[in-house]
Amino acid sequence: MSDLLVQMEGIEKAFPGVHALSQCRFELRPGEIHALVGENGAGKSTLMKILAGVYARDAGRILYKGREVEIPNPRAAQTLGISMIHQELNLMPHLTVAQNIFIGREPRQRVSFMLDDNAINEQAQQVFAMMHLNLDPRTRVADLTVAKQQMVEIAKALSFNAEVLIMDEPTAALTDAEIDELFRIIRELRAKGVGVVHISHRLEELKQISDRVTVMRDGRYIDTVQTAEASIDRIISMMVGRTIYEAAPEVPEHPSEEVVLEVKHLNRGNVLKDISFQLKKGEILGFSGLVGAGRTEVARAIFGADPIDSGEIYVRGNKVHIGSPSDAVRHGIGYLSEDRKRYGLALGMDVEENIVLAAFKKFLGAAGLVNRSKTRATAEQYVKTLAIKTPSLQQKVRNLSGGNQQKVIIGKWLTADTQILIFDEPTRGIDVGAKSEIYHLLNNLAQQGKSIIMISSELPEILRMSHRIVVMCEGRITGELKIAEATQEKIMQYATQRGEALLAEQPAPTSTP
Amino acid sequence: MEANIAARRSIIRSGTLQRFLAFGGLIILLIVFGLASPFFLTGDNIGGILLAASVNGVLALGVTFVIINGGIDLSVGTVMTFSAVMTAQVMIVWQQPVLVGILAGLITGAICGAINGLMVTKMKVPPFVATLGMLYATKGLSLVVAQQKPIYFNDAPIFNQVAMSSVLGSIIPALDPIKNVVLVLFGAALIAAFILSKTVLGRYTFAMGSNVEATRLSGVNVDRWQTAVYMVCGLFAGLAGVVIGARLNSAQPALGAGYELDAIAAAVIGGTSLSGGEGSILGTIIGALFIATLANGLRILGVQQEWQIVVTGTVLVLAVFLDRFLKQRSR
Repeated sequence: MSDLLVQMEGIEKAFPGVHALSQCRFELRPGEIHALVGENGAGKSTLMKILAGVYARDAGRILYKGREVEIPNPRAAQTLGISMIHQELNLMPHLTVAQNIFIGREPRQRVSFMLDDNAINEQAQQVFAMMHLNLDPRTRVADLTVAKQQMVEIAKALSFNAEVLIMDEPTAALTDAEIDELFRIIRELRAKGVGVVHISHRLEELKQISDRVTVMRDGRYIDTVQTAEASIDRIISMMVGRTIYEAAPEVPEHPSEEVVLEVKHLNRGNVLKDISFQLKKGEILGFSGLVGAGRTEVARAIFGADPIDSGEIYVRGNKVHIGSPSDAVRHGIGYLSEDRKRYGLALGMDVEENIVLAAFKKFLGAAGLVNRSKTRATAEQYVKTLAIKTPSLQQKVRNLSGGNQQKVIIGKWLTADTQILIFDEPTRGIDVGAKSEIYHLLNNLAQQGKSIIMISSELPEILRMSHRIVVMCEGRITGELKIAEATQEKIMQYATQRGEALLAEQPAPTSTP
Repeated sequence: MEANIAARRSIIRSGTLQRFLAFGGLIILLIVFGLASPFFLTGDNIGGILLAASVNGVLALGVTFVIINGGIDLSVGTVMTFSAVMTAQVMIVWQQPVLVGILAGLITGAICGAINGLMVTKMKVPPFVATLGMLYATKGLSLVVAQQKPIYFNDAPIFNQVAMSSVLGSIIPALDPIKNVVLVLFGAALIAAFILSKTVLGRYTFAMGSNVEATRLSGVNVDRWQTAVYMVCGLFAGLAGVVIGARLNSAQPALGAGYELDAIAAAVIGGTSLSGGEGSILGTIIGALFIATLANGLRILGVQQEWQIVVTGTVLVLAVFLDRFLKQRSR
């Protein structure tokens, strides 16, 4: 066992309200590229952050080169030789490349409070030479591409003589050429005996680069396999392997064929690429994909919250221009953000005020005064029909539960006569009981002829609620599934399909045009 | 060609553009006012502008550190006053030597700054609120210590004499309008520039302002260095207190509130970004000179003082707007 570089056993970690890791294990050999995969929220990043000293574990032990170690903070990890490159890069954009690499341990002049910038630049240059990387240490990090910034992070790790390098989704923002360059460097590190942990959603990529794959699911360790011996299908089935929701799908009756919303060739920078889809009357259209696939960005673009580069939006067959959220509201589109508290509600105001907020003009009397009896009647009506549990209309929204807050937002949009509702992770942070109420409500809305786009990262939720499912990966729509043909495996396959792979490799399972 | 573009972009990005704008603006002011009034470009008037910029300039040096670090210090004006009062208290009331009095002023400023830093780092009070509290506290303390009356330095005449005489003038008579307090400003600026660009403290000031979490994860003791940054700012406020005391030959306990805004304006006009990570001492000095020149020129042209303030505010916003506008276009 002494040939193991890292061995983690029985790791437990809980955050308030979430049991993030339970009885997790992981091992890493020197000179190995070890892929760590799992769905969103499976606990990959958490486990590695414990190894990198960002989080403290609640229980379990970590062996480093056969010796049990404590890793109280990132600096301790780095000193041991464990470096982690986080998903959100940890650089100081205003400083130069070299200044970033040596932050906190700058070479000093003879008087110790003075910096020796020549030495900094030279030492950084040496690290780059080792990586065969052509980069000027004096460049400001803000002036580099994301890929180059990542190289800077790797250089920083190497300057600590890292023997363990953890990379959390390093390729998420890179082009193919940049990924090749990254993989070249990773392979060189492997040849030098460095153990590399590669967290990624991209399964094709793991086949390319990794030696072994460990799969996690719901905060648990599932299995570790040799990459060469495992098919992508097998890995996917390990990733999603949990029993599907107990309740049967509650898909309401088939919607009509009337197209309410049509989006054509929507583009926005690198974030959205050629997005086209249709939404029908009374339909619930699920948007699935991994975190960062661009689902929320689609919603924000349609809602006018972000500017688009090109593309057309049709509402009930009419081409519309949506330059701002107020345009969207005028065309009957409502967006229910994932972050309810920040974007959806005026927390300090009461239920009644929140419900009438988006359609305030409706309630203004002759003198420009608010007609209280009208607002009260409307609010009362929605509290009743949506079954909002609140002691009174004057209750501050802050004091309601997550599920009831969500209902207040729904009430708000219904008051504004919204025909198209975009729900972004409608049940995030809502407990199980309230979830099924929200599901029920969505179904009712659809039956009443409202059209719904539901963005969700939970596959069971998507499968349970949607008539059709659109799957995205990296800003593209990679597949569209009718509910009858959709499975977790198929969704996962589309969700991990890079744009290029889509064109080059296997014909997509059963995509509808 | 490509290198050229990259160089241009980095000039534009790094706030150098704004510094250039401020400098260009300063030159334009000098030309316009110079043409408008024959008195404007005389040695005496230029000396007056420099003198007027000396107090605000020293304050702005400290504020520049805090703003680059991503914070704000609203207390520098009243900390300055409190330091002046403490200098007077030690020098006049307690009859200590002049140097001891000066030291007392500097230490007072540094202590106030350190308390600001501790409130921000240890008590997690937002900088705006912490330093606002310090503004009130020092405003009150100045009145308490001075018993609500100015304290005059008449018993230590050398204090004012040294400050308001001119070493340069004794060497080159033509430079006589440049008083010694102005040299204090430029000396302080050199020290500040040295700290900011050559020392560990300066590097961490930028690093924390750029991305404090990344700096923390890199193993830098962020709390300690942030406290140090506020302490440096307080130290410069203390120095400003000594300077203003010497200039006015008195410690005026009711003075001070409002100075912090001029100091922040000087830093911002000079290209220091309120979102942190960017800024320079040279820019701040140009900013301070710009504000002093504007006020002086408008006064010479006979613009009412009330309107001078309106113009200063307008120019401040225009400077930042122009900077953003040009940056956006260059992207």
